[in-house]
Amino acid sequence: MTTISLPRPRRVHAASVMLAVAMVLATAAALLPIAIIVFTAFKPVAEVNAYPPTLVPGAWTLENFARIFEELPFARLIGNSVIFAGGVTLFALVFDSLAAYALARIDFRGSKVLLIAIIASLMIPFQATLIPVYQLVADLGLINTFAGLIAPRAADAFGIFFLRQFFLSLPRDLDNAARIDGASEFRIFRSVVLPNAVPALLTLGIFTFVNNWNDLLWPLVFTTEAEMGTITSGLTLLTGPGGIIPQGVMMAGSLIAVLPLAVMFLMIQRRFIESVASTGMK
Amino acid sequence: MTTTLQRPAPRYRPPAPLGGRTPHARSARRSLLALLFLGPALVLLGAFVAWPMLSAFRLSFTDSSGFGRESWVGLENYVRVFADPDVLRALGNTALYAALFTPTAVVTALVLALALNHPRLPLRGAFRTALFLPFVVSLAVAAFAWSYLLDPQIGLLNFWLRGAGLQLGNVLQDPALAMPTVALVAVWKNFGFYMVIFLAGLQEIPGSLREAAVVDGASPWQRFRHITLPMLSNTFAFVLIVALIAALQAFDQIYVMTGGGPFGSTQTIVMEIYESGFRELELGFASALSYVLLGITLLLSLLQFVFFGRREKDLQ
Repeated sequence: MTTISLPRPRRVHAASVMLAVAMVLATAAALLPIAIIVFTAFKPVAEVNAYPPTLVPGAWTLENFARIFEELPFARLIGNSVIFAGGVTLFALVFDSLAAYALARIDFRGSKVLLIAIIASLMIPFQATLIPVYQLVADLGLINTFAGLIAPRAADAFGIFFLRQFFLSLPRDLDNAARIDGASEFRIFRSVVLPNAVPALLTLGIFTFVNNWNDLLWPLVFTTEAEMGTITSGLTLLTGPGGIIPQGVMMAGSLIAVLPLAVMFLMIQRRFIESVASTGMK
Repeated sequence: MTTTLQRPAPRYRPPAPLGGRTPHARSARRSLLALLFLGPALVLLGAFVAWPMLSAFRLSFTDSSGFGRESWVGLENYVRVFADPDVLRALGNTALYAALFTPTAVVTALVLALALNHPRLPLRGAFRTALFLPFVVSLAVAAFAWSYLLDPQIGLLNFWLRGAGLQLGNVLQDPALAMPTVALVAVWKNFGFYMVIFLAGLQEIPGSLREAAVVDGASPWQRFRHITLPMLSNTFAFVLIVALIAALQAFDQIYVMTGGGPFGSTQTIVMEIYESGFRELELGFASALSYVLLGITLLLSLLQFVFFGRREKDLQ
């Protein structure tokens, strides 16, 4: 601060210090459960169960991580999560962008009705149709398969609507030029519209991946074998009645479940937050 | 909805192909083309959204258990939804959960967004990143972490509170405190999400408005009350309804932390659908309950639609 200390600027300064302190406290509170996951994952069992409890481990160990791979087919669960969340994301991006292209760029009869139907179906929570979808997947013999986990989510009304809005905002000069050059509609979609829609595709992709990676109810319903679960549903097998698993082991599993998304978020923060903010309606 | 419907630009009509086709043939060709693009998505949405909607509706009038015979029971399942004390309690619990979760999450998000948007806050980016981080944690994992933090014997929170002379006890076994606790876990997970939506809304308010108010000598509270809040009303309503709809679907952390207990005090609609549908195999009843959930959700969505429709008219 300068030597001249007028009362007014000083007060403002004090207010901004208070604001910063309040934010530090709020952030510390918000990060406490995450700190607990990280620190407990590296704590020896004796220390986890000791009283008084500690936040930071006195001794660091990797035994919890070894143990989680014994308690659950954990490598398999990680793979399942990648295939499930990645598969849904990939298929949904392909099918949604194809459908969105037709709704944004092809003038056909019934396009309005179709669009309204798609917007209306946005309001249906997936929990409301879970039972008949389960029956259908079961009738097809797809319980405990990746197809059964992925197919019902391989096209998504929200994704179609979101991409259609984006395609509408793209200038038509390019596709018209390609059309005059004799390019087919599919070629225009693939070589003109899609390359220009990468930001929107990324946004939708992140959103879809995160949602599916973190979902619990879906894998709980469509898988009954521990081998076919996701990380999220697999970990819940260890809690509840009879699940006497040391907290350190649970936290090691939790840390592995959170890590891919946390790293993805920290690496592409702006895109990630944008993705959440612009797809926030779901 | 964040993205408002845009009026499509005038349709481009492809130049008439050689061979003198009629406009009718061209329109048929375009329809076929559109069908090729739409085909996969329409088949999937038809099979996994439209058909299940109809199927659930039919099921809701039967006593189906998934196999064997099923018979038509008329409105019995719907009567049960509004007569069975257990179900009524699940409806009440869901309302309580929504009443605890929604205002807490929305106000926390708004306050933190305002702080993040404050011109004098240092390290804004770091704070925003840290505050958003809980959102990438799944509710199930959040539930594990919070259960451990709140453990009456070895939990750190209880230990710290005891140090401050407070006794929390076993909150997850306390019928009065279990629901606020599971709601708190959802607030912790979701506030960052609502916060970034508020932040986007705040950044759209022109700085000149604030400056003019400062020149006129408006206090910070007056600026908030008469500039920020009215300018933010659209975002506010949007976040409120999104949070309410999310509250209706409460399941994950409840499944992990309490399983609906103690004594049914955290049993929600979706927990009830899951249990009656997949544990007790009362598909008819679970379908009726699903339709009640759908009805409430539609009502809220409609509210959003009406609200935004009116706002848009106001703005024109």
